[in-house]
Amino acid sequence: MTINSPSEKRLEELREQAWKDGVVPGKGVDVAGGPIPRKPGYYGQPVVKPPVWTWEIPLYFFFGGMAGMSPVIASGAIIFHHLDLARTAMWIAAVAGAVLSPILLIMDLGRPHLFLNMLRVFKHQSAMSMGAWILSAFGACVVPGLIALELHGHQIFPGTLDQLLRAAAGVFIFGSAIFGTLLATYTGVLIGATAIPAWFLHRTLLPIHFGTAGLGSAAALLELLGHRIPTLNFLGFYVAGVETALLIWLSIDKHGAADRAIHEHGTGWLIRIGEILNGPLALVLRFFSLVPFAAISFLIGSLVSRVGWIAVGKVSGSDPESVFAAESY
Amino acid sequence: MIGEGIQSTNQRKHSYVQDRVEVGFFTDPSVCIGCKACEVACKEWNQVPDDGFTWSGNSYDNTGHLGASTWRHVMFLEQDRAKGDQIAGPMSLDEDPFRWVFLSDVCKHCEEAGCLEACPTGSIVRTEVGSVLVQNDVCNGCGYCVVSCPFGVIDRRPEPLHDAGGAFKCTFCYDRQKSGLVPACAKVCPTESIVFGRLDDLRARGAERVRQLQQSGYNDAQLYDPTETSVRGIHAFFLILGEPEAYGLPPKPQIPTIYLKSAWTSAFTTAVASIIATLVAFAFFS
Repeated sequence: MTINSPSEKRLEELREQAWKDGVVPGKGVDVAGGPIPRKPGYYGQPVVKPPVWTWEIPLYFFFGGMAGMSPVIASGAIIFHHLDLARTAMWIAAVAGAVLSPILLIMDLGRPHLFLNMLRVFKHQSAMSMGAWILSAFGACVVPGLIALELHGHQIFPGTLDQLLRAAAGVFIFGSAIFGTLLATYTGVLIGATAIPAWFLHRTLLPIHFGTAGLGSAAALLELLGHRIPTLNFLGFYVAGVETALLIWLSIDKHGAADRAIHEHGTGWLIRIGEILNGPLALVLRFFSLVPFAAISFLIGSLVSRVGWIAVGKVSGSDPESVFAAESY
Repeated sequence: MIGEGIQSTNQRKHSYVQDRVEVGFFTDPSVCIGCKACEVACKEWNQVPDDGFTWSGNSYDNTGHLGASTWRHVMFLEQDRAKGDQIAGPMSLDEDPFRWVFLSDVCKHCEEAGCLEACPTGSIVRTEVGSVLVQNDVCNGCGYCVVSCPFGVIDRRPEPLHDAGGAFKCTFCYDRQKSGLVPACAKVCPTESIVFGRLDDLRARGAERVRQLQQSGYNDAQLYDPTETSVRGIHAFFLILGEPEAYGLPPKPQIPTIYLKSAWTSAFTTAVASIIATLVAFAFFS
């Protein structure tokens, strides 16, 4: 059989088609003397498994981050006597953190009715376990904190009881703030400590990005809800500045084939567009005092970049060359 | 219990679970005939659903890769001379540079298992014989083990099978082992390409087999058992001809928990920075 025989050509066609579609519907030919196909790894098959998570998880990252950082603002507001701001912030924390976040998390489980099994064990070496406990502790502080704050705010009870409620509200809100900062940042650890190259290579950047985006989106939503005060504007400048720095860091900190899902694949643009909306654009809009637009830009940006990070994880996990290349880092 | 040395342990009753002896699989492609009996036996015994009925075009491998419904996977590697300088059979290099390698892939049952550390429900446990087992009734299908396995073994089974949402992988036939039986794949392997037995015996047997093969001219024969990385060795190890990459095996697999310290440091720093920034905002920009 010569190289140019019709059956050889047919074999080439079949192979081309097989790489493209993953299946060969047609009749094959003898392989004798044929070219041996080259694909990275074992027929280009993934070496690690890409994440199975769907749209619920990036949305959870978004709401969890916003909810987690809201009580930090609420705590500041309590200390500096902005009772209205504290109440709005705690409502955001309660709705996003104690209602939406658990619903999204449970929806993503393969067996939602077993979600309580998350609380069977406490494993410090599992970011998922820590996250389950952080979210539970956060919920257990936010809900009583909000109730106490509202009862105090409406002066429902007189005298000593109101003083007690005020103290309880303070304790629970500070507690929410502590667990909240962890709720907003642990998600970065969650995907940073995995076998997915594009994620673990950015395990330092991810918690900074997720936490800062959480603080920024809490401040942005408060501004959109009518709290146009210099305090939140300053926070807006701070988070947009940090996100701009992260955008530059991400653009410089390239790892060749190991994280090419971020720098060469289309899904990487989701991260970059998100970071541009979060960072430079929000910064410029705020600089020209277009506060509501800056807030909207930041909120959209932090949602888009979360979607982007999960999407990039799927691409990176499916790429065997990325896994091999990442081993040198 | 004394070691069995390099004697066959594939057909004999044992009491490894009761004796808490560390066991393993040694999978040797140099005697594998690619019959896929291990895949079939695994599916039959464990009642694993089908993993699709498509032709891949990848040699005789239409299974693809390990997954929730694929606990044994026979790989078919077509290698030319660039992949090794020896060939099977009597032909010289000039006549036929083609080499066909079959290897039955399986969950590695790591010494330090990424899936086990990641599991937030305690569903994944270490058994008496050192294997890694998913307790199906405890798993709630969070999917974190999937991205924590450095070998891409464990996966969540897609719907719409009944109660399919959990994570699944090779059980090392723990149910059979408890009754003194050999795992189904090793039991049926007609050439003892899959050997089941005491881990220390198997390691000795593997080293001996590599020596034999190298003496016979298979210079690229080596054991795949990443003891030098954070995985600290695997209970189901392989003899491979050529480089691990060609088998889709990571040369230096790492358990993802080694990344935790830097990630948490970053998280705590961000948490503190956010609190300080907020206090500054209230104190100086009210």
